[in-house]
Amino acid sequence: MIEAIEISKSFGDNKVLDNVSVKFEAGRCNLVIGQSGSGKTVLMKCLVGLFEIDEGRGIFGEKVLSRMSFDEMKLVRQEIGMLFQGGALFDSMNVEQNVMFPLSMFTEQSIGERLERANFCLSRVNLENVNKLLPSELSGGMKKRVAIARAIAMNPRYLFCDEPNSGLDPHTANVIDNLIKEITEEYGITTVINTHDMNSVIEIGDRVSFIHEGKLWWQGDRDTILMSDNKELNNFVFATKLTRKIKGL
Amino acid sequence: MNNFLTHIGRYILLMRLVFKQPEKKSIYFRQILIEIEHLGLDSVGIVVFISIFMGAVLAIQMAFNLDTPLVPLYTIGYATRQSVVLEFSPTIISLILAGKVGSRISSEIGTMRVTEQIDALEIMGINPATYLIFPKIIAALFFNPILIMISIIVANMGGWLAGSLTGMVPSGEFIYGLKAFFEGYDVFYSLVKSVVFAFLIVSISGYHGYYTRGGALEVGEASTKGVVNSSIAIIIFNLILTNLLLA
Repeated sequence: MIEAIEISKSFGDNKVLDNVSVKFEAGRCNLVIGQSGSGKTVLMKCLVGLFEIDEGRGIFGEKVLSRMSFDEMKLVRQEIGMLFQGGALFDSMNVEQNVMFPLSMFTEQSIGERLERANFCLSRVNLENVNKLLPSELSGGMKKRVAIARAIAMNPRYLFCDEPNSGLDPHTANVIDNLIKEITEEYGITTVINTHDMNSVIEIGDRVSFIHEGKLWWQGDRDTILMSDNKELNNFVFATKLTRKIKGL
Repeated sequence: MNNFLTHIGRYILLMRLVFKQPEKKSIYFRQILIEIEHLGLDSVGIVVFISIFMGAVLAIQMAFNLDTPLVPLYTIGYATRQSVVLEFSPTIISLILAGKVGSRISSEIGTMRVTEQIDALEIMGINPATYLIFPKIIAALFFNPILIMISIIVANMGGWLAGSLTGMVPSGEFIYGLKAFFEGYDVFYSLVKSVVFAFLIVSISGYHGYYTRGGALEVGEASTKGVVNSSIAIIIFNLILTNLLLA
């Protein structure tokens, strides 16, 4: 389980997160939704320690992130997999090397064992015969899948996905969503996903948290989100004329 | 002034991170070999090209300015060697490398920053400062002195060729001048400068790349700042080292 407790974060005078408390459950897809600029990515980066938290704390299991030293943080991070918005694959390495990289750094496995694990992870995300390709030779969807393969290579306990299907066509986005859900359930990972895609919410949203202007406005799941009478949430969920008409707004 | 001190403070903090214990030594050793190829071997061509012409121009200028029966001809070889060893090879070649290697380092690390590759390293539990900058520093500290030695040899050859081909200095006189009054300490001085300059180039360019924020425009700015600031540092430290080692 991951817990954010009363987290606040400002950049200069701009308060991006204001007292946000939220729990993310293990073995489930925990979605954080909200408009662009609402503070989703900042919350995620605060939780994984890429941004320093001004107030509050992030808890991984029983470990309090904000009280950790640099070296303690490094150990916790080896249990974290993260899928970045653009994939963040290493340009100088091919697909196989990208997936094997964390294994090379933190395990004593032989090259054969690492290769076997990399091939398993790549097959898990339905990628074959791409081992020797460079990131620049991959499509957007393939990059995301390689990034997922790299993120799960070390059997992480926690998986963070920042806009996993942004810039993808609806079909590929759906494939990526379902892949993350399958992996989450299969390995009992605590998965946190930032998105503003309502298809993802309906498809995989076991637990949904809505952030608006840096504050947590609503929490529920995919079954209750459409029934909510929260005005801000409805403005986000039913953003088009058609959906607003159907909802009767 | 405040901004300058902020940069100095952040630079020192970054260097503390860079020299932390590497996660896995075998990976870092491989990275050092890769960086020796990128930062060192790939620079041999440009160093040789610049050095041969630098030595040739130096010899011709010496011959032109010392065109008097009061000064023996071998002085041209001697003066060319001294200029090359003490100043031209370590300083000028380091300035050239600041442009070639420094811009490469700043833009490579800067691009990794803006495309979140550095964040990805950090999330994996890897210290990105050590992983990205430490192998480059070691590679440059190891290979820059080699480049400077190559430059010294080639520049003197260039001077000898120019003197001989133009007929301004007979070959024997020039070679006698090259060997005259040789002090090993001069080479030591030159190598000390090359090591210090190598550290400045890589660490300053690495610093500007590491703290890049934004997009392509900022990567370009980081690259420019890396080259300009490492060049300024080389010029300042050239004076300091000359004063410390020769005065």
